[in-house]
Amino acid sequence: MKFRHGTFSYLPDFTDEEIGAQVAYALSQGWPVSVEHTDDPHPRNVYWEMWGLPMFDLAEPDGVLAQIDECRATHPGRYVRVQAYDASLGRQSTALSFLVQRPAQEPGFVLERQEGSDRTQRYAVRPYATNRPAGARYEGG
Amino acid sequence: MTISEESTETKERWDPGVQSYAGMGYWNPDYVPKDTDVLAVFRVAPQDGVEPVEAAAAVAGESSTATWTVVWTDRLTAHTHYQAKAYRIDEVPGRPGEYFAYIAYDIDLFEEGSIANLTSSIIGNVFGFKPLKALRLEDMRIPVAYTKTFQGPAHGIVMEREFLNKYGRPLLGATIKPKLGLSARNYGRVVYEACRGGLDFTKDDENINSQPFMRWRDRFLFGMEGVNRAMAETGEIKGHYFNVTAGTMEEMYERAEFARELGSVVVMVDLTVGYTAIQSMANWARRNGVLLHLHRAGHSTYTRQKTHGVSFRVIAKWCRLMGVDHVHAGTVVGKLEGDPATTRGYYDTLRENHVPLNPANGIFFEQDWASLPGVMPVASGGIHAGQMHQLLDLFSDDVILQFGGGTIGHPYGIAAGAEANRVALEAMVKARNEGRDLLREGPDVLRDAAKGCRPLEAALATWGEVDFDYTSTDAPDFVPTASPSV
Repeated sequence: MKFRHGTFSYLPDFTDEEIGAQVAYALSQGWPVSVEHTDDPHPRNVYWEMWGLPMFDLAEPDGVLAQIDECRATHPGRYVRVQAYDASLGRQSTALSFLVQRPAQEPGFVLERQEGSDRTQRYAVRPYATNRPAGARYEGG
Repeated sequence: MTISEESTETKERWDPGVQSYAGMGYWNPDYVPKDTDVLAVFRVAPQDGVEPVEAAAAVAGESSTATWTVVWTDRLTAHTHYQAKAYRIDEVPGRPGEYFAYIAYDIDLFEEGSIANLTSSIIGNVFGFKPLKALRLEDMRIPVAYTKTFQGPAHGIVMEREFLNKYGRPLLGATIKPKLGLSARNYGRVVYEACRGGLDFTKDDENINSQPFMRWRDRFLFGMEGVNRAMAETGEIKGHYFNVTAGTMEEMYERAEFARELGSVVVMVDLTVGYTAIQSMANWARRNGVLLHLHRAGHSTYTRQKTHGVSFRVIAKWCRLMGVDHVHAGTVVGKLEGDPATTRGYYDTLRENHVPLNPANGIFFEQDWASLPGVMPVASGGIHAGQMHQLLDLFSDDVILQFGGGTIGHPYGIAAGAEANRVALEAMVKARNEGRDLLREGPDVLRDAAKGCRPLEAALATWGEVDFDYTSTDAPDFVPTASPSV
């Protein structure tokens, strides 16, 4: 199973050069970039762990790429994403978000059902990985 | 309390009988519109022998306080305050016998937060008025003071993206086809396949409500099975626009409540339910955290012909005030009416916080939305993956691209059709961000992406050459040398 998350989740995983080009685009738009990681890929898990603060006032992507590398080296078994933020009036929200690392094995999601009355069902999507405690979910954690 | 305004009172003004509308004060070329006035520009085609100024004054009169004859009871009111004023008239470039008439309405003429009331005035009686051959409402300026009396979009573009956790690219959808006749079980299959293949949304068509072949409750149950299965397959949030359009408001609420209880992130209504019903549904949608999609069913009956009706740019403004989160706004390159400049004007009206005067795009007035959230435009109707570079260039990121036939008609199946569209889209966004020239290099980008994606290769082989190159009916009548409007 391939976790479809972020702006480019249907393309082949990006090379460092491709990551650098997207980061350069974000910086050219005036969007500060940040790095986040998680071992809970639930589609409604909004708050991934922040790898430091958003990198404000950068002009070149090199500093971001160094942070991405450090995060990936520290958490080789986690999902890592790059976020670009648009602070302009009327927007003040994420502008771009894409994965830069996936765990080697992605077991995917179970669809849980609770049967109700009148043919209704309560559905819940849950990552198989979260059967295990945080930090022990993917190889290399 | 006194309201002092320029007086039009003369002895003749009040003589019983029929007076010219211009003579009754409905034409006032010296009037300077106030910031709080509602402004409208009409395309007026007077009957032979009717002076353009009198025609413009008549429109102002019949859409505000006047009737066909002098009434003394006007003198019981501060009538100059309540009467609309035609203040400017221009010949339409290249269209003999047609005039753009600018009319100002005091904000006191309108009930707060009611599109029904606004439209009962502005397009109420006046379109049947005999001294006019034809009439069209081209544009309106909604003052901030009036805008602030509306809820506006239940969630808006930014909140929708945060809700769905999807950023940096257009969203993708498809309308389930065939529009009519599928059983609920088969219908849910199409929802599932399209969503698991890579679409963000699927959609009921405008005329799918609750018919003998598929009742609404069954559709909702099977549709949500498809949505949830697709979420588990992909790890992405998905939605199906359940059309809750029905014969009564009570029935619509019942259907919307059921969709919400099943966990749907979105419901839809058709424009045919009426302005008040749409406002009610928008209020419901905000209270319940459910997105509201609007299908503009029926609009072409009054928006398409430039001599008659109401321009869609005005309908788009009303939609934003009424509070929908999505509305169909044209594709330019697809099967339905859409001049590029005119369509750009609609998109600006729906998405931007401040829309400057832009006659080339059909925008006659500056419009300040005062932080009212933006509406996500939907491009739907005869578009396919081979046009992705044109679509991204025309509409940028805040749009929902809906490929119905272009998904469901894919030779390898529905999920493959969805994947082809998603891969084409992401490849094009990536290329744009890398600084490539989409219109020149777009076809190369698509071909390169297709090398790693057989469904995209098949989509390009099937539809790559299809286009709908017909002249548009509704293009702006604008000569760049003309002086810009107020």
